[in-house]
Formats: sequence, structure tokens, C-alpha cells
Amino acid sequence: MRSEQAQRIAPETAIGRHIGEVQRRLAQAFPPFVLLSAMVAAWELIVWQLALPAWLLPPPSRILTTLLSNLPILGEHVVATLTVTIPGFGLALVTGFALGVLIDASPLLRRAVYPLLVTSQTVPIVAIAPLLVVGFGFGMLPKVLVVALVTFFPIVVNTADGLQAADRDQRRLLEAMGANYWQLLRLLRLPAALPSIFTGIKVAITYSVIGAVLAEWIGASAGLGVYIARSLRAFRTDQVFVAALVTSLLTIVLFALVTLLERWIVSWRDEP
Amino acid sequence: MATLDVRGISKTFRGTNGLVTVIEQLSMRADAGEFVAIIGPSGSGKSTLFNIIAGLETPDSGAVIIDGADVTGRRGQVAYMPQRDALLPWRSVIENAVLATIVQRGDVTAATREARALLDDFGLTGWGDARPAMLSGGMRQRAALLRTVLWHRPIMLLDEPFGALDALTRAQLQQWLLGLWDRLDRTILLVTHDIDEALLLADRVYALTPRPAQIALEVAVDLPRPRSYAVVADPAFARLKLRLQQVLNVY
Repeated sequence: MRSEQAQRIAPETAIGRHIGEVQRRLAQAFPPFVLLSAMVAAWELIVWQLALPAWLLPPPSRILTTLLSNLPILGEHVVATLTVTIPGFGLALVTGFALGVLIDASPLLRRAVYPLLVTSQTVPIVAIAPLLVVGFGFGMLPKVLVVALVTFFPIVVNTADGLQAADRDQRRLLEAMGANYWQLLRLLRLPAALPSIFTGIKVAITYSVIGAVLAEWIGASAGLGVYIARSLRAFRTDQVFVAALVTSLLTIVLFALVTLLERWIVSWRDEP
Repeated sequence: MATLDVRGISKTFRGTNGLVTVIEQLSMRADAGEFVAIIGPSGSGKSTLFNIIAGLETPDSGAVIIDGADVTGRRGQVAYMPQRDALLPWRSVIENAVLATIVQRGDVTAATREARALLDDFGLTGWGDARPAMLSGGMRQRAALLRTVLWHRPIMLLDEPFGALDALTRAQLQQWLLGLWDRLDRTILLVTHDIDEALLLADRVYALTPRPAQIALEVAVDLPRPRSYAVVADPAFARLKLRLQQVLNVY
């Protein structure tokens, strides 16, 4: 028994593993980085070669200079977009999680709500968003609702599915201990559902910024959606590209934050 | 210590091909402080029997009686260790060990103190705060046993606790469990499909028939204690082993 213990790697050497992990990640990031650089270079070359007008297809260099010169204005629009995105996503998180738990608790509710939920996802948000603006005016509310509607679904589904994922033996063990519904939920089923819930959150967060931009495009006074609408009217294609770039960067940053949070909360999953 | 008395239990399940009787009129007992082993072919209803004793399932007929009280279908009366260790990966060894105390709203601080004090005994020195994923197979089984012991029930049900381990680790753990049982003074009911394991550990062995499970043979293991692997060479051991093998093969 002593020798068996000595053979196990002590938890303290985790730092050594961590360095290896960083090296592996860098090696992984290298090929897509090279490919992306090559594509951007080709784009630049083609635009200059064919002498394409900037309103049709601006070169990457032009997009970059526009980005830099518009930074102050973009900052304001980004703040406006985030003040729609975050509350909308938060609303979806709270209601989606609650509905997921309810659906899991009641088979009747699951049968009643599930088909409606799936159907609701087939209705194009582009059609619903203007109706919300008509109904709720040009304030924050309709835009927050659009974000919530777009991000709600993956959170509900992944919460409800994740709660079913608990290991059968672990469940029987807790039941044999005499655990009631709430203890089972708190001690076993919720922790076991966390990986699935985070999958839902990650899918949702990638939709969230796009949802906010769409809502702003339909009716708002500030935000990346407004910036895109104005740029299109002025044939400033370079600015549209800038907006697309900023939207995608914003999404990546939010996604990275969620991933960090996941690593921290679901830390037991990464262990060897 | 407590006496377990299983009286005339039957259980039938509705399967895809109609009704399946898993246990039929099965009676058995374990006296206070006794180590009883149950041997049977796979799928013979050993796990169902354990589920019934643990209160996870109710029998169609019959009763589970502990110290004279009918506890049929009641949970939390016996400590139970499922076939796989069922450790929760997000809790440390200590946090897993005190799970029953948390569920039963006992004194978790005291249980934690007790768990720490028992780490040495369970060969888990220094691993109390480690998560199960860092442990070896043998250590995981010992952590699961620590959890079962800290359930604080006089009767412990162990469902093939060493089934998934390699022969060497298995032998070590059997020896260790013998010593632990000596110190603990608890009634142990062990399910196994290893005749040697049953004879090495138990005071009495029940051999089950294939489905529907009934008692095919009950033998008292009158080998001297404390036991070690040396008993394998004892003529009495060989005699008992042969009898059990004959019974288990006939069916």
C-alpha cells in the first residue's frame, strides 16, 4: 500500500503539467494563425490587383485604419451594445435555468413545454424583433428581450438535459442515504449538470452579441447595430467590416470569460 | 452491532419479454458482528437483494427486519457501498466520506474530524483533500469504504467492492478489510462472485441459485481467525470450496 502511494504523482507537480499545457496550446494555435494571415494577405493583394472600389470591397489595411480612427465612437457604441447584451443574457440565464429545472422536475411540464420551445426557435427573430419594438417602444426593453429570446433556448435545453446526466450508481447511493429531492439536486444533479449547463451558456453567449446588434439595427439610437445601419446608408463598407470585426471580437471576449469561469467552477473535470 | 433478518422476499420485474421473477422466497440472516458473504452467478439478483435491504426497492412479499424492527422499504437503515465506488468527482476524499452525515443532517464538523483521523487506517494519508480522479483504483475503493464506515450504521452492505481491481491490489484490500472488520465490530454483508474471497473473509457463506434467486447452500466457514492467505492451504478451506463450486456449477 505504501509503494502504491509513492507511485502516484503528488498534486504539487501540477505546475509542470501546466507549462506543458501552454506549449501544447501555442502549437495548436499556430496553423490557424498562419492560414488566417495568408488569407488576409491574399485579400489585400486581390483588392489592389483588381483596383476594386472601397465601397464594394475595402482592403484589410483600409479596414484597420478606419478601425483606429473610429475607435472613440466605436467605444461608445460597444458600451451601448453591451448594456443591451448583458441584461438580456442575464435574463435568459435566470429564466432559462429556472425553466430547465422545472422541466426536469415535471414530466408533464416537459411534454407540454418542450415542443413549444423547439417550435419557438423556428420563428425568425428578424420577424419578432420589429414587433417587439412596436409593442415596447424604442427603450431598452425590446432590445433586452430580443437578446434574451435568442439566448434562452440553449440554456433551457442544456440545463434540462444536464440534470438527467447524473451517474446512476451515485444517484442510488444518495437515495440509499435517504436524500430527498432537494438534497439530490444540490449534492448530485446540479454539480453533475454543470458541464452541460456551461455548454449551453457558451452556445448562448455566441448568439448574444449578434442578437443585440440585430435589435439595435431595427430601432435604437446607439450601439453597433446603429453604427452598421448608418454605415450602410453612407456606403461606408469599410465601417461595416469594422463593425463585424468588433462584434466578433466582443463575442470572443465574452466567450473567453465564460470559458475561464467554467474552468474555475468545473475544475474537477480537467483533472487527470 | 445489529442483526439483519431477511424473511421470504420475492421480487418480480416487468421486462420486455413479460414478467421476470428475480428473487423468490429468499430468506437469510446476519447475526450481530457477523461477516456474511453471498455468492451467486452474474445476474442472479444479488444487486436486487441489496437494493431491497437498502430500501431502494420494495419486495413484492416478505420483510427486512433489523433488530426486530420491520424496515422494509425504508432507506438509510444500513450503510451501502455500490459496485463501482460512486465517489462524487467534484468532492474531495474527505467531502465524499462525510456525505451520509450531510444527507442525514448530522454533525458534519465532527464527521470531518473523524474522517481525517481515519485516513491513516484507510491508507489514504495525505490524500484527504485530493479529488477522486487523482487516486488509484485501490485508493478509490478504500475512500468509498471510508464513506461507508462513516455512514455510522451497524450493518454494512458491500456489493462486489473489489470486483474491478487487479488481483494484487485485491488481495491487499481483502487482507486490510479483515483487519478493519476486526476493529470496527460491525455486521458486514458482502456480495461477491469469488469463492476464495468469500471463504477468506466470511463467517458464513450463502450460495444463490440463478434467477430466480433462492438459497442453494448455506455453509459456516469454521476456519480459525485471525485469517490470512495461509487458510487457502487448509484442508477445510479446500473442502468448503469444492462444495460451493459443486453447488454453483450444478445450477
